Amino acid sequence: MNTEWLPLVFAALMGLAILAYVVLDGYDLGVGMLMAGAERAEQDLMVASIGPFWDANETWLVLGIGLLLVAFPAAHGVVLGALYLPVAAMLVGLMLRGVAFELRIKAEGWHRELWNWLFWAGSTLASFAQGLMLGRYITGFAPGFGYWLFAVVVGASLCGGYVLLGATWLILRTEGALQQKAIAWARWGLMWVALGVALVSLATPLTSDTVRHKWFDFPQVFYLMLLPAATLAAGGWLWISLGKSDWKPFAGAVAIYVLAFGGLAYSLFPYVVLDRLTLWQAAAHPSALKFLLAGAAIVLPFILGYTVYVYRLFRGKTKAGVYDH
Amino acid sequence: MEEALLLARVQFGLNIAFHILFPSITIGLAWVLVYFRLRYEATRDAAWLETYRLWVKVFALSFAMGVVTGVTMSFQFGTNWPGYMNKVGNIAGPLLAYEVLTAFFLEGTFLGVMLFGMNRVPGWMHVASAAIVAFGTTVSAFWILALNSWMHTPAGYTIENGALIAGSWWEVIFNPSFPFRFVHMLLASGITAAFLVAGLSAWRLLKAPDDASARGTLRFGAQLAAVLVPLQILAGDQHGLNTLEHQPAKIAAMEALWQTQKGAPLVLFAVPDDDRQTNRFAVELPRGAALILRHSIDGELKGIDAFKDHPPVAPLFFAFRVMVGTGVLMLLLSWGSLFFMKDPPRWLLWAFAGFTFSGWIAVLAGWLTTEIGRQPWLVTGILRTADAVGEAGGATLGASLTAYIGTYTVLLIAYMVTLTHMARK
Repeated sequence: MNTEWLPLVFAALMGLAILAYVVLDGYDLGVGMLMAGAERAEQDLMVASIGPFWDANETWLVLGIGLLLVAFPAAHGVVLGALYLPVAAMLVGLMLRGVAFELRIKAEGWHRELWNWLFWAGSTLASFAQGLMLGRYITGFAPGFGYWLFAVVVGASLCGGYVLLGATWLILRTEGALQQKAIAWARWGLMWVALGVALVSLATPLTSDTVRHKWFDFPQVFYLMLLPAATLAAGGWLWISLGKSDWKPFAGAVAIYVLAFGGLAYSLFPYVVLDRLTLWQAAAHPSALKFLLAGAAIVLPFILGYTVYVYRLFRGKTKAGVYDH
Repeated sequence: MEEALLLARVQFGLNIAFHILFPSITIGLAWVLVYFRLRYEATRDAAWLETYRLWVKVFALSFAMGVVTGVTMSFQFGTNWPGYMNKVGNIAGPLLAYEVLTAFFLEGTFLGVMLFGMNRVPGWMHVASAAIVAFGTTVSAFWILALNSWMHTPAGYTIENGALIAGSWWEVIFNPSFPFRFVHMLLASGITAAFLVAGLSAWRLLKAPDDASARGTLRFGAQLAAVLVPLQILAGDQHGLNTLEHQPAKIAAMEALWQTQKGAPLVLFAVPDDDRQTNRFAVELPRGAALILRHSIDGELKGIDAFKDHPPVAPLFFAFRVMVGTGVLMLLLSWGSLFFMKDPPRWLLWAFAGFTFSGWIAVLAGWLTTEIGRQPWLVTGILRTADAVGEAGGATLGASLTAYIGTYTVLLIAYMVTLTHMARK
């Protein structure tokens, strides 16, 4: 039986898991970074707004990395080997914030301030490290100062991107003075993102022949330009809906991520490590992929189902004092 | 290369040891919480709700510690042991992915309902959420123990182009040592949770002797331990016999048995000397090992001399004795305490307080025994640990190891201080 289609299915699944992670954990990492600009009462409300969700959000990262490990083991070794230190930094960040989340509720006095600070620091470290990883990944881990500088810029941009997601999440989930603050944060975040996306979009084709040909060869350049145009439109729509709608800014931010992710996926395909490994070269044995696909086909609808259930259950504005644990 | 291997092993060993502390608590504690929550549903007695609310806080914190250290693990399989994934990735990978799909999402999502949803869902749904979280932790243990057991007693595979692929997933999952290891670990977690509940309740009673709900949970923890510890001794014995059949070199090292012999003694204490292949300062029970492992005083047991590849003797010998010794003390304390439960005296409270984290000691000693006992193999007979290590240099490993040690120290101290603080508030 022909099994050529299996790696393609798993690439799609892995891509969706990573996109889900970036959007979902993105908003709660963003809320973590925004803690620095909030008053104490606001901080409690902000953390309460992500309380029921952050755990499951982080699971998408484990699924994404798990699928890379399982479905594309050859790429997993190359990617995570090259990213060893940023990965370690991200993990330390995620550990600090995950535990600080629980401990800040239980602590009092300066202990509480310390865990608040660690929650912020962990969120920032994890976000920056993820951006660094992305920056290294999309250049195929090319050596040299310029490429590292590029990765640092992407790291800072992703922080901005998560701030945008976090701020628009807060617009959706809070009201009053905090919501007004969140609107101002979202404006900052959006400008930051616009700069970052523009830089990455320009730098990637300049540094990679493969990517340049994919985007700028005729005739596809014409309809491909719809993608940046749509991203621009989503950004504009977000900007004008700030202060007018509770849900539109978040939807706009998600749309920017989906579009940027689509562009990235198009740039890289069919590579899983740019110019080095294609999806098919890196894929695991069909016996492993089939066994996993059977399970995923049964379980994923349930996961989506109960995720929707929980988001519906906890819909609406976050109130102080519903924090019942 | 030697240095990188050592650092990679230290780093992975440290991570996995730190990680297992928290699942050891949460797998058992999750079911304890279902019980507390059900008792409230049945009696509508506010004291049960208070009990549930206190312990769900402990659970949430332990669970968060387990999640964040678990995420770290998922990365280190690839970063520290690329040779492992190259050789057995087609078998190990899907088992790990099944854990994520069938357990992690379930736990993570319904934990949200369990912690924040009590006023938003009907009572039965809240009980169901607690049960789903408990089920998820057990399913998680199922997949991890299946993979770990497979590394000890590989089965159901064929070899294609130098790498392993599954011939029968059924045989891979239900490999010869899996049922024993799975039961042993579930009981270990139940016991760890029982002593944690009893221990923190004892701390509370030392501070506030009239606290009726702490008295109730102390009794509950002690009784649970009194039931589970004897079951664990039985399960451990069966697990040992299974190991004797499939990994005899591990048993020889655990018992510090250097020469193959009939009617071998049980070495109670000794200092095994790897260079001279003998025991110093040995205190022995004649024919004891033959009796325990062969159920006959003349039974023959293979010694270290019968194996070309065998694990280091001293660490195994001591780790195994720490585990068994802790178990014996747990048995004495849990059974002994039953006579005093009407009005527990202060010395008993101090004893339980001292045993709060005793489960951790037994669990770590047990895991050290079984994992060092598999050496020099990573997957018995298939892949050596030394052949699986990655390319990361000594400096990279050293830097990340320092960061991990620093983070873990802070987290562990914060965790233990917070728990005792909560118990005494």
